[in-house]
Amino acid sequence: MTIFIIQILNSLFYAAVLFLIAAGLSLIYGVMRIVNLAHGSLYALGAYVSAWVVGGAVGHAMSGALGLAGALLLLPIGAVVIAAVGALIEPTLLRPLYRRPEEYHLLITFGLLMILEDAMKLLFGGTPLSAGSIMDSMGSIPIGRLLYPTYNLVVVAIGLIAALGLWWFIYRTRFGVILRATSQDRRMAAALGLNVGRVYVQAFAIGCFMAGLGGAVVVPAQAAVLGMGVEALVLAFVVVVIGGLGSLEGALVGALIVSLVRTAGIQFFPEIELAVLYLIATAVLLIRPTGLFGRA
Amino acid sequence: MTAMTTTTATADTGGAAFLRLLIAATAILVGLALLPAVVDPYQTVLLTYGLVMAIAALGFNLLLGYTGLLSFGHSAYFGTGAYTVAFIVRDLGAHSMELCILGGLAGTVLVSALFGFVCVRHTRIFFGILTLALSQVLWSLAFKFFWVTGGTDGIRVAYAKLTLLGGLVDFAGPGSFQRFVFAYYYYVLALFTLATVVMWVIVHSPFGKALQAIRDNETRASFVGISVRRHRWIAFVISGAFTGLAGILWVPLNGLTTPDVLYWPFSGEIVFMSVLGGFRTFAGPIVGAVTFNYLKTAAVASTEYWQLLLGVVLVTLVLLLPSGIVGTAMRLVSRWTR
Amino acid sequence: MSLLETIHLKKYFGDTHAVDDVSLVIKEGELVSLVGPNGAGKTSFCNVVSAYYTADSGTILFKGRDVTRDSVTARVKAGIARSFQLVNLFDDLTAFDNVALAIFSREGKTRSMAALARRDSAVTGEADAVLGQFGLAGKRNELARSLAQGERKLLDVALAYALRPKLLFLDEPTSGVSTRDKGQIMDTIAGVVRGEGITAVVVEHDMDVVFTYSDRIVVMHQGAILAKGTPDEIRTNEEVAMTLIGAAGPDAFTQRSDHARG
Repeated sequence: MTIFIIQILNSLFYAAVLFLIAAGLSLIYGVMRIVNLAHGSLYALGAYVSAWVVGGAVGHAMSGALGLAGALLLLPIGAVVIAAVGALIEPTLLRPLYRRPEEYHLLITFGLLMILEDAMKLLFGGTPLSAGSIMDSMGSIPIGRLLYPTYNLVVVAIGLIAALGLWWFIYRTRFGVILRATSQDRRMAAALGLNVGRVYVQAFAIGCFMAGLGGAVVVPAQAAVLGMGVEALVLAFVVVVIGGLGSLEGALVGALIVSLVRTAGIQFFPEIELAVLYLIATAVLLIRPTGLFGRA
Repeated sequence: MTAMTTTTATADTGGAAFLRLLIAATAILVGLALLPAVVDPYQTVLLTYGLVMAIAALGFNLLLGYTGLLSFGHSAYFGTGAYTVAFIVRDLGAHSMELCILGGLAGTVLVSALFGFVCVRHTRIFFGILTLALSQVLWSLAFKFFWVTGGTDGIRVAYAKLTLLGGLVDFAGPGSFQRFVFAYYYYVLALFTLATVVMWVIVHSPFGKALQAIRDNETRASFVGISVRRHRWIAFVISGAFTGLAGILWVPLNGLTTPDVLYWPFSGEIVFMSVLGGFRTFAGPIVGAVTFNYLKTAAVASTEYWQLLLGVVLVTLVLLLPSGIVGTAMRLVSRWTR
Repeated sequence: MSLLETIHLKKYFGDTHAVDDVSLVIKEGELVSLVGPNGAGKTSFCNVVSAYYTADSGTILFKGRDVTRDSVTARVKAGIARSFQLVNLFDDLTAFDNVALAIFSREGKTRSMAALARRDSAVTGEADAVLGQFGLAGKRNELARSLAQGERKLLDVALAYALRPKLLFLDEPTSGVSTRDKGQIMDTIAGVVRGEGITAVVVEHDMDVVFTYSDRIVVMHQGAILAKGTPDEIRTNEEVAMTLIGAAGPDAFTQRSDHARG
């Protein structure tokens, strides 16, 4: 029973991180119709930046003086940095391509992926970078006869808050209305006097922020390593394909499904755990190409 | 009568153009055949890699350039070819390269027929994601079933174990590597030439024209009676087989096959090559693949951060030279001659 | 003898009755014009019969056989071809290749990949002949996208014609073309169609064109058939006049499309 609860908690932790990545990917696709192949690398970069900032701060200050709260507050810097990177990428690299076929969107973001992957190697070196001090100092809570890291529960909470926040933002704010209008009909939005260019920058930056946040929250629990972004991207793809490209609810449900399958897979069918996920994505695409929550 | 004269007139100019093409192709082929005599063996090996990748890109571009489908999962067919060869050599103890090619092609045709059947149900971005997802199924299997595939270590295929031309050429005894380098170069060159000719005929055949029609206007294609999905599927299988052949030929050269050739960034490299050369031209992917191979080798040799360098090249290419090397060259030439 | 028969054919889009209970017989060899105000269901009718849309209910009999559930390609193979209101070509292929492709498809040769397309002299000869019939011989090696609007319109029809259909739907073959070219295009089309004895259904706005070229006219309104008859019968039908005038303004019978396009 205890094992079962821990497995569930593990998959919720995993779902929270996946949701953050996939929601950003989905948001960007929903508004701009761009599949961002570099999205996973932005997530990885977020993880690196956060780990580096927290690690540096802990190293410099008196360990006690900074404290847990301080370290936690430093963590989101990764997400902010990635949002800024996104705000830089959209006008310079993506904007010239909107009129071109989508092949070019995939290609430029693939080029970006190559650049980012090596940029991380260049900036942070080949050794894994972690913000484990946060996780350690948070301790653990007893579940049954076992101890479970408190931090994982914090991440689940963050994922939940992010989902609610994003939902509120998109469905309850003025900017959300503009965002949805633009996503439905770009030309109409422009004709109504909306600054589509600005909406695109903002949407892309928010999407990147989500990816960066995913990296930031994961890094106290798992060290940032090279290649984590490339791996994460494909899983985020599976999530948005199951949930429906461009759908926020879909990203949430998709993330839950993927992480539950993964947890079960690691337990019961470790060899084909990933293959099963990709096959689920394939099946969904065949039977319901718009995903569980997508609009046609 | 008017119709008659037009036909003959264009048939004549068509014949002249064909002759020019034939002369150019022969000249290039002769150049390629003489090259190993004047360059050092390392360059020969490098060019062999380039020609192998050119076959892969040629196959890939039947889908992108001629059918209008962007696959982000062609690593699957390259990898299937490569792993089938490794299995044949390791588990069946076979030595004949021809046997490996036949077996490898059978494997790729099987996989691409299966995957293609599924993928051609969609187009555009969904097609891309489907091909990617399916290729990752194979990757994860190669990765996880290490007792079959060797996991990340992969499977070794020593060139010395192989024979060419049904056993006529083997690589036992001293100086065998040198001999392998030369013999294998010509072997690959012959197959590359064959593949190019076959592909050229395919894209200029009624079938090839039908693919281009589907690319341009799917709706109208079905309204002239072309069964769009069926044609796409056939194109998919041919495309997979060509890329699979490249994977097959790549293994003895590399001496090893690893899950890396099944991983999706490798599919991205194949796309990269085709765009680098120009995917709207027949020769583009060939030029692109050979160039990419040199580019990558040079980048890897000069910096640890070669991927960054290549990424910058790709981004620049997409922004400034979207029609690629050959496409741009052809535009310049036609501007000059005008 | 009837070539096409639709029985209680229906196609609704929500509240819009695009095709509303249309029962119509098209006889072999006749040139029928389909007229009516915008949104009357003319194009929708063509779309349902050519399988661009599937019918909600009703039956389509072609040469006495039920083809209601057949796919586009099956209906093309059976002998139903069409052109499009908005020109619908293979833009990156030459005019010649566009037509040749239709012929290859008709001959069931599009899966042959071992021979060069242009070495098939039967097909190339026929393609050139078709281009000649439509006055496009001089444009044979130009990309479809680089042709003038009138030429594109003709090529669109030539593509459908090259399939040697029994029944040819022409959806506004002269729309978007200057008045001067209009007559020429219709002369070319009517000449070819009558010369080959092809049954044709033409959707057309220009009543001058309709009265000049049709054997029979079918007037549609709000998805249903309002009237049908010979040009003379339709010309004197007051209900028809009121409908067309009411929907299209006072000059509907003479210069409607020119007027609308300024």
